Amino acid sequence: MDEASGRSVVSAEEQAETQYVEEWVSGTEVPDEMATDEGAQEMALTESGYRFREQLGAVVTDDYLYEEEVSEDERMIINMGPQHPSTHGVLRLQLELEGEMIKRCKPVIGYLHTGMEKTAETLTFMQGPTNVTRMDYLAPLHNELAFSLATEKLLGVEVPPRAAAIRVLMTELNRISSHLVALATNGMDIGAISMMMYGFRERELILAFFEKTTGLRMNHNYIRPGGVAADLPPGWRKDVATILKTIPARLGEYDDLLKENPIWLSRTQGVGVITAEECRAYGITGPILRGTGVDWDLRKVFPYSGIEQYEFDVPVGTQGDVYDRYRVRVEEITQSLRIVEQAAEMMPSGDFRVDDRKVTPPPRARIDESMEALIHHFKIFTEGFRPPPGEAYAAVESPRGELGCYLVSDGGGMPWRCHIRAPSFYNLQALPVMLAESMVADTIATIASLDPVMGDVDR
Amino acid sequence: MARRSTPGNIVTTTIDWAARWAQTQSMWPATFGLACCAIEMMATGTAHNDLARFGMEVFRASPRQADLMIVAGRVSQKMAPVLRQVYDQMPEPKWVISMGACASTGGMFNNYALVQGVDQVVPVDMYVPGCPPGPQSLMHGILTLQRQIMTGQKVSG
Repeated sequence: MDEASGRSVVSAEEQAETQYVEEWVSGTEVPDEMATDEGAQEMALTESGYRFREQLGAVVTDDYLYEEEVSEDERMIINMGPQHPSTHGVLRLQLELEGEMIKRCKPVIGYLHTGMEKTAETLTFMQGPTNVTRMDYLAPLHNELAFSLATEKLLGVEVPPRAAAIRVLMTELNRISSHLVALATNGMDIGAISMMMYGFRERELILAFFEKTTGLRMNHNYIRPGGVAADLPPGWRKDVATILKTIPARLGEYDDLLKENPIWLSRTQGVGVITAEECRAYGITGPILRGTGVDWDLRKVFPYSGIEQYEFDVPVGTQGDVYDRYRVRVEEITQSLRIVEQAAEMMPSGDFRVDDRKVTPPPRARIDESMEALIHHFKIFTEGFRPPPGEAYAAVESPRGELGCYLVSDGGGMPWRCHIRAPSFYNLQALPVMLAESMVADTIATIASLDPVMGDVDR
Repeated sequence: MARRSTPGNIVTTTIDWAARWAQTQSMWPATFGLACCAIEMMATGTAHNDLARFGMEVFRASPRQADLMIVAGRVSQKMAPVLRQVYDQMPEPKWVISMGACASTGGMFNNYALVQGVDQVVPVDMYVPGCPPGPQSLMHGILTLQRQIMTGQKVSG
């Protein structure tokens, strides 16, 4: 096809497509083909086996993901999502079935792709937390912390002890609220609706404290490069004490509901099993890895924000199944409460932001009396501070695993590149391994136990 | 004349009014959680805020059984066709609430990936501001929509 005719062909096609889209958007004509069958070709039955074999990892023997001997007409592909009540957002799964058994599972992601890593390149370092906090929206403070730690590494500043302690206090509370949602949705998905009501009830308690401190229930933009946005509100000790007193009692209620519930046990034990070796091969972290018995917790191995000063244990499971992950989450709530208690006890006094006028905006009162303060304020909020060229990676233990932030600075006021190592994205890789050779009904329990946040996966 | 001849124990009304009343008092939303707002939508439905007070606790997984779509979160270019398909599957009469800044205008993400406002894809009856809107905001939006259906006119805030 020469270039001239090619161009005319394209324009005619474009015209037809525009008309098609217009008709479709206006709803005057029903589209004759599924608009969402993307990925269907890759799952087509005619495809040979070697395509899937070449994806095999070096360590993991997941040959069972594809079996050649089964005749093709016994297989069926069903599509789950992206609109489904128990997919935890807009996850889409293509399941290849043989009767009730799942032979292969393919997660299709990207339905929530927001282009946040690209957006981060258009925001200053000070505006960055506003952007990253909306990625993993169940653990917004962890996102902000990872971004802030990476920025501080670039800048080479150290936050004051009070800021570090506030960060620990807030992120651990956030871990509790995130795990509560995980338990609630896990319960709801398998039919324990009461767990849903209970989990969200306690979450409101923590969210009320967050709202008081940060001004928002979610997406706080509270932890910022150089410290935190505001000091803890008056009366915060009382609120934290209420949380510390209420949650342990409520954890007992969850145990009454689930721990020895025969239905819960039969739906979760031995379901969605993954081994420690497979976890390591796929880069899976967080409660899923700890559920297999590996005590890998970034708070212990690569401590951040002075979390090495606090006493806590890393709960681990043994079997690596859904039940173990549920137990690990419950135990982690207990451990986080311990950290919160210690943080509240030994909360140091002092400034909640670093005393560096190039990084921290001056107090409002200083702007009225000092020209330099006014200039600094103006500079910080228009072009932002400029870290030296270089790159930095900082990781925190989010409720879902290792949440890392990789920043590259070219010496300008905005990151040249911002990459987030989103734990949900890596953990989602476990799904085909967990679901292979399992029943269709176990899909729901397994997805819920992964606790993926699609905002984190797709970003 | 007709009214005087009816016995006292029969309640007279108009079909139209009764239908509207029924529509507002048992409005079933489709579960269409997308992002952060979905968590707040779930929080609205659970015990603390209790959406059941307004006859809306039954979040329907199947769009065939739902008559309200709460678009809770950012709509990506890839999700837009799915959203439209779910909307088309809902039976008439149906309403759409655009929950949050991202669904209403694209929010803070003015980039290649997001649909800048879900009203480009489906007709929206009510916009709920916030990022994310709290349960109270969402309930206010829902109640305002109920009032709008009842009166048949546009009601603002």
